[in-house]
Amino acid sequence: MKHTLTCVECPMGCEIEVVTENGAAVSVTGNSCPRGKAYAENEVVCPKRVLTTTVRMTDGRMLPVKTNLPVKKAELLALMQTVNGLHPTAPVHIGDVLVKNISDGADLVAADNME
Amino acid sequence: MKAGYDIVIIGGGPAGLAAAVAAYDSGVKDVLILEREARTGGILNQCIHNGFGLTRFKESMTGPEYAARFEREVKARGIEVLLETTVLSLNQQREVTAVSPEHGVFTVRAGAVILAMGCRERSRGALNIAGSRPAGIYSAGTAQKYVNIKGYLPGKEVVILGSGDIGLIMARRMTLEGAKVHAVCELMPYSGGLKRNIVQCLNDFNIPLYLSHTITKIEGKERVTGVVVSQVDENKQPIKGTEKHFNCDTVLFSVGLIPENELTKSANIPLSPRTRGAVVYQNRETEAQGIFACGNVLQVHDLVDFVSEEAEIAGRGAAQFVLKGAHPRESVSVENGRDISYVLPQKLDKNASGDTKLYFRVARPLKEIKFVLRCGEHVVLERKKRVAVPGEMETLLLKESQIKELSGNVTLEVVE
Ligand code: SF4
Repeated sequence: MKHTLTCVECPMGCEIEVVTENGAAVSVTGNSCPRGKAYAENEVVCPKRVLTTTVRMTDGRMLPVKTNLPVKKAELLALMQTVNGLHPTAPVHIGDVLVKNISDGADLVAADNME
Repeated sequence: MKAGYDIVIIGGGPAGLAAAVAAYDSGVKDVLILEREARTGGILNQCIHNGFGLTRFKESMTGPEYAARFEREVKARGIEVLLETTVLSLNQQREVTAVSPEHGVFTVRAGAVILAMGCRERSRGALNIAGSRPAGIYSAGTAQKYVNIKGYLPGKEVVILGSGDIGLIMARRMTLEGAKVHAVCELMPYSGGLKRNIVQCLNDFNIPLYLSHTITKIEGKERVTGVVVSQVDENKQPIKGTEKHFNCDTVLFSVGLIPENELTKSANIPLSPRTRGAVVYQNRETEAQGIFACGNVLQVHDLVDFVSEEAEIAGRGAAQFVLKGAHPRESVSVENGRDISYVLPQKLDKNASGDTKLYFRVARPLKEIKFVLRCGEHVVLERKKRVAVPGEMETLLLKESQIKELSGNVTLEVVE
């Protein structure tokens, strides 16, 4: 099968063509660098994204949070359910783990400092 | 409150913070940052998505994380920051008058001033759309503030006009929070947003992008109940018979950003009609001696990484001015040639030292082109480029020796 996608690893945004056989990439063209090849191969097999959102702290402020590694794109909306149930208490600092291994070995971490 | 500082920076967003650190590291320690809000970081505080810092730090950070890096540097140097401080006026003698709850109205004299006020969103008022003005119409940035800072969703059924980056980011953000984004309409035949955002904010969630489309009617009395969207022709006029109707309770506008230059204008500092920011030299000094500008107040950037880079140039320039004073200039202009919407800096001082990066944007999407910088018939520099779009800033590096050799004004143009 032939897939056309836009590489998002850098602002160049190369148009990449990937041919897959039995779910695996057999050829990648159009990328300008190796990062593009890796991106395209993952993208056709199992696309992943970093989830970024906010949670309401017990004092009412909103704390930005993110997964520290990309998680499966298909799981993003389901993960939002879990994340919206969290209500941490200040102080919280960048990198503090809020949920260990929320998915695929990625932790949910604080992405801002709230004193 | 001191009566004077070597450098006063107006704005504590990404540009102001990076400029302060660079000025300090260039030997000027007496630096003051004036910030309107209760915290520094500017717009980055509400940009909770990631993708910041890829160019500069080779890692993907959220807006607050990117801001925190610079806040830490500012703090480590003991640079003074006044929060909740709004600058009321500025003049060419570099007197800055501001007001804050803590100090009331006060004036500080500055050895050099750095303008880092950022930009604001173009308003819907600039667009003529039929219909009354019901509730439920927001700029994308306002919606971003509601969702990310205040924590509530301004609506459940959304149509977005304009495919600027903030609009794209909000399409994803509101979808994740449970809203349904029915469409993003873009007047132009191409998007003004970054490709990464089209892929990850729209395609990932199957949100349709209608190019060459606009909203022609907003329905609803108290609250938005729907919109009519029409295709437009080459002259951006709606084509009859192409109307589509969407039920929605919210319309977001993401139709561009404008540098926030009221202060600059009040100080009679010349602006460029193309960038809507000040006209500057390589060191980001404006036509007013000792007053520098950087970041989105100078040109609307698409990557904060470039804002930091430009702010550092201004910070070093301002420090140089404080330490060594003004030097006589010998300047040439950089003109916009074919398919170039603007180039920055607009002026090159042949007496300035160091290489210079020209930042510029193309006027339309282009493929397989060459950027050519000429001085009369002489080609100073050229570079091949496979793809160029208006939404992504381009750069060219001009060597100090090339600048010194210029015999007159230069023109940057696209050759196909
Ligand atoms: S293939 Fe390489 S150069 Fe092209 S967009 Fe991807 S990372 Fe950038």
